[in-house]
Amino acid sequence: MINRIFGALILISAVTGMILGRGSQLAQGVLDGAADSVKLLTTMAGMILLWSGIMEIAERGGFTAVMSRVLSPALRLLFRGLPRDSRAMKLISMNVSANLLGLGNAATPFGLSAMKELKRLSPRDDTASGDMITFVVMNTASIQLMPTMIGALRQMYGSREPFVILPCVWISSACALTAGLTIAKLFGGGK
Amino acid sequence: MELFMPLFIAVVIIFGIIKKVPLFDAFTDGAREGIKTLLGVAPTLVGLITAVDMLKASGAIDILCDFISPAAELLGFPKEIVPMILLRPVSGGGSTALLTGIYKECGADSFAGLCASVLAGSTETTFYAIAVYYGSVGVKKIRHTLPAALSADFTAAVMAVLSVKIFLCP
Repeated sequence: MINRIFGALILISAVTGMILGRGSQLAQGVLDGAADSVKLLTTMAGMILLWSGIMEIAERGGFTAVMSRVLSPALRLLFRGLPRDSRAMKLISMNVSANLLGLGNAATPFGLSAMKELKRLSPRDDTASGDMITFVVMNTASIQLMPTMIGALRQMYGSREPFVILPCVWISSACALTAGLTIAKLFGGGK
Repeated sequence: MELFMPLFIAVVIIFGIIKKVPLFDAFTDGAREGIKTLLGVAPTLVGLITAVDMLKASGAIDILCDFISPAAELLGFPKEIVPMILLRPVSGGGSTALLTGIYKECGADSFAGLCASVLAGSTETTFYAIAVYYGSVGVKKIRHTLPAALSADFTAAVMAVLSVKIFLCP
């Protein structure tokens, strides 16, 4: 998918640029793009390193574990079929709390193990169960509480209040997640 | 709102102290992992940002924006964020490239910049997540996963614009 998009982007720009006679701008675009991306990476570097460090402390200090305990009543409503103390349930709540904290690196391994557990509980071989769909939809929606990367980028581009967007991010994430889960449950016929 | 981050870090540190975590060692271990993350995204970002910058320089983005702006205006969307809405579910790096492009052109605190920020913060790379999660367990028939996930993405776009209109740019 990404391979085609990359190819298409470059071909479209080359063709459009030539038709519109913007060869020199196009050449400048190539140079700017390369320079811009490195500038962007250096801005992101500080934030990624700092936040990864803080989150490692959060992991080891048991913060994630406490959060997943807080979340489990809500998750039990979404995954009614799963026994409350099952391994699947525990992995799902670890995945969701890691996602909330923006620990993408920690969330994915929990999530993959959770999928393996859900697969074990599902009778059909290559077909997604209702619980799998619910779980994957939760992971395609962003539920991160602190979008630190976006904050850092906003600051780099001169925002006076980088985190002024937080309430809006929370509202639209919550609405998006609700919409996704509702559609998932409706199509699933309540199963 | 600005207090949220320092407060959060303080709570994490308190947890660490209670659990007797070697704070600085844990921090540096985590940050070292962060370097891997950073190096992991570097090639993607360089490639896609260059491609998007070329697209802008060639004038193709303007043509696309002019083409969709009537529909965008109908929904009350700033037309600059439309390409980002389309690319967001497919490519994280590509939409970051468009995001910084919007910041550069319109400003991070402009209406379009704020909408794009909220959109980026409330969506994920949908197709990537679906591929990784189902791929890992060999599930091929994903039933109604995609319509559900994409309706979440669409809701996020609508709500991003709406919430910025209500709370930040009334």
